[in-house]
Amino acid sequence: MFESITEKLQGIFKNLRGQGKLTEQNIEETLKQIRASLLEADVHLEAIQKFLEKIKQKSLGKEVALSLTPGQVFIKIVQSELINILTPKDKTSTRLKFAPAPPTLILLAGLQGSGKTTTAAKLAYYYKKDGRKPGLVAADLIRPAAIEQLEVLASQIQVPIFKPAAGEKAIEVCIRAVKSALESNCNMLILDTAGRLHVDESMMSEITSIAQRVKPSNILFVADAMAGQDIVRVVTTFHNKLHLTGTILTKADSDARGGAILSITSTTELPILFVGTSEKMDGLEPFYPDRIASRILGMGDILTLIEKIEKNNEKQQLDKLKLAQAKSFNLNHFLDQLRQLKKMGSLQDMISMLPGDVQMKNQIAQNAPNEKKFNQLEAILLSMTPQERQFPQLLDGSRKKRIAQGSGTRPEDINILLKQYDLMKKMMKNENHAEKLLRQMGMNAFPKRPPF
Amino acid sequence: MAFFIEKLKRGLKKTADQISQSWNAVINYRTTPEIDFNKLEETLLLADISLQTTENILKTLKSRIESNSSKSNDSGFIVEQLRQILVDKLQINNQRGPLSESTIILLVGVNGVGKTTTAGKLAHQLTHQGRSVTLVAADTFRAAAEEQLTQWASRVKVDIVKGLENEAPATIIYKVLKNFSERTQTIIIDTAGRLHTRVGLMEELKKLVRVAEKMIPLTMLEKWIVLDANMGQNAIHQVEEFHQGIGLTGIVLTKVDGTAKGGIVISLADRFHIPIVYLGVGETMDDIIPFDAQEFVSALLPKAG
Repeated sequence: MFESITEKLQGIFKNLRGQGKLTEQNIEETLKQIRASLLEADVHLEAIQKFLEKIKQKSLGKEVALSLTPGQVFIKIVQSELINILTPKDKTSTRLKFAPAPPTLILLAGLQGSGKTTTAAKLAYYYKKDGRKPGLVAADLIRPAAIEQLEVLASQIQVPIFKPAAGEKAIEVCIRAVKSALESNCNMLILDTAGRLHVDESMMSEITSIAQRVKPSNILFVADAMAGQDIVRVVTTFHNKLHLTGTILTKADSDARGGAILSITSTTELPILFVGTSEKMDGLEPFYPDRIASRILGMGDILTLIEKIEKNNEKQQLDKLKLAQAKSFNLNHFLDQLRQLKKMGSLQDMISMLPGDVQMKNQIAQNAPNEKKFNQLEAILLSMTPQERQFPQLLDGSRKKRIAQGSGTRPEDINILLKQYDLMKKMMKNENHAEKLLRQMGMNAFPKRPPF
Repeated sequence: MAFFIEKLKRGLKKTADQISQSWNAVINYRTTPEIDFNKLEETLLLADISLQTTENILKTLKSRIESNSSKSNDSGFIVEQLRQILVDKLQINNQRGPLSESTIILLVGVNGVGKTTTAGKLAHQLTHQGRSVTLVAADTFRAAAEEQLTQWASRVKVDIVKGLENEAPATIIYKVLKNFSERTQTIIIDTAGRLHTRVGLMEELKKLVRVAEKMIPLTMLEKWIVLDANMGQNAIHQVEEFHQGIGLTGIVLTKVDGTAKGGIVISLADRFHIPIVYLGVGETMDDIIPFDAQEFVSALLPKAG
C-alpha cells in the first residue's frame, strides 16, 4: 500500500546521493520534495509540516560520517522520525484493553463505508482463535441489511450475535447484550455501530450515549486507508466526543496509500491496533510501526548496511580516505577501498540490503564482483610497485605485461581495472561515498554488463 | 431542485467557510495588499485537490492577475477568476446528453463508497422522471449486499432481480439482458466493491462488461464509478484503473454532505474526460442531485466581492 510514497522517496534520495554534503540549501530542496510526495500520499498538510520541521531540526548540524553519504544520514533521520510518529508513547496501548470483569467491550466507530461491519467480524474471528469467547452486537439500525450482513458473517465464523428486537434502539440492544453476554457464554463483545458523519449531531450523540452507558474499555475508530485530508477533522471530532482508545486501518491492501495513518497518529497520537488487509475473515494484522516505516521508505535493510559500514570504518581507514579526498585518489587508495569492501563480506549480501527494485538488485548482484574477482583485483594491485600505484599514468604496455604475469591475469584485466579506477576517481571528486562505490564496483567491474 | 441545492450548500458550507476564512488571510487588505499564494495553496490542498492541479490553478490565476494588473488588489476579481478557473475545469468534461431512453447503468467502485445506496437513490430519482426502473443485485460477494438492495427496492418501489447464491455476476447480467425487452426500461446494476488493485476482481468486471456490450447497443450502456468524497488522491488511481479496464462514462461522487469536499473532482477533471453525473448528499432516497459545475463551485467558494 505504501509503494507510491516509497518510490517517490527513493527518487528523492537518489537525487540527494549526488550531493557532496548536507547543506541547509539541499535540505530545503529535499524537504520540499518530501512534502510533495507526502501530499500525494494524502498525509495531512499540518502533519507534513510538523514532520518536516522535526526532520529539519535533526538534520541540520548533523555530522555526516565520512564514509556515509548525506543521503544515508538523511534516510536514518527520516526513518527514525517516522517510527517515532507511528509509535505510541505508551507501548502497551496497542494492545486491546481487557476489562477487569468480563465482558470486555470493543465499540467500533467511523464514517460510512470505512469497513466497520467486516472489521467487527474479523476482530471476533481473531480473538476467537486467540481462545476468547467473542460475541457480535448489531447496533447499526440505519443502513439497510447491516444486521443481516453481520449475521451472515457471524454464522460464517461461528460466534453468537446479538440483534435488536423489533422496536429496539441501538443503545438498547447494546445494553441488553452486555447484560446477557455471560449467560450467552461470551467474555468479549464487539459492538458494530452505524457509519456516521462527524458533523451529524444526532448520530454523534447516539454513539456518545452508547459509550457513556456501556463504558467500553476499547473505543476504536475504523479508518479507510484511502482517506484524504479530511480524515484528520473526522478523527479529531470522534476523539473529542468519544475519547477513542485506538484506530484500525482498513483496506490497506489498496495501492499507494498510507498517508491517513500518518495523519491520524500525528494528530491524535492514537495507537493503531490492527490493519485490515483483505476482505477475508483472517485479513487482520497487528500494526508494526518499524515495519511500516521501513515500508514507507522502501529502504529495505539499509540501516543494517549503514551500521555495517560505520563499524568497518576504523579511524585509520577514515584518515586514509580523508587523505584520498584531500589529495588525489590513486591506486593505493583503491587497494584500501577494495580491502575494506572485502572485510565487509559478500557483495551480493550487501546489495540485497540496498533499497530498490528487486529485479534491478538481482541484476546488480549477478554482475557484481565475487570473492574471486576481488582476489584477482587485489593480486593485480599487489603486483604493481607502490610507485606505480601512486602514479598510475606510469603504466605502459610493458609494465602492464609484467603485472599481468605477476598476478596471473591478462593485460586486458589490467585495463579493466584502470578503467574502473578512473570512474571511481571521477566519483571521488564529487563525493566520498561507500554505497555508490559499491554500486559502481558492481556495475563497472566487467565490461560486457547490460547498462541500467 | 432548490431544496437539493440548499442541501448541497449546507454540506459544502464547512468547506466554504474554511476557504472563505482563508481568503481573509490570503488577501490582506489593510497592510500589504498582496495575495498570499502559500496560504491559498494550503487551502486548495486541504480540500484534497492534488498538488499538481493546485499548482496549475495557481499558475493560471497568477497569469490572469498579471494580465489585469490594475485589478491585482481587487479581491472580488481574484475570487471570481478562481471560481471561473474551477468551473472551466469541471465543465470541460461535462458536455453530455441525457440518458438514452433505454439505459443500463452499471455502478462500479471500491468497497464502501456507497454503490448500493447510490443504486437505490438513483432508482428513486429515475422513477420520478417517469422511467420504469429495475434494480439488479450483482454483488454476490459481500454478505447481505443483496438484502441491502432488496430493502432499497421496496423502499423506492421498483423491481429487483437477484442472482442465485454464488452465481457469477456475468451470468446474472446475461440473464437480465436476455430478457431486456424493447420497451423503454432503465436497469441499474449494483456490482460488488472491488479494490482496483485486485486483478482477479477487475477481470471479473471486464468480463461482465464484455457480456453486456455484446447484448445491447453501446450507447445504452452507462458505466459509472462511484467515488467517496472523503477519499484522497487514491481516487485518481481508482479512476485510472477502472477506466482502463472498462471505459467509464460517468462519475458519481458520494458523501458530499460531510466536510472538505470537491478537491478530488477537480483533480480528476484535470486528468480524465469523464463527466461527473451525480452527487450523493445523504442517506435518504432523495439525497442525490445531478452535478452542476456552476452550483458546485458556487457552493464551494464564497461569492465574489
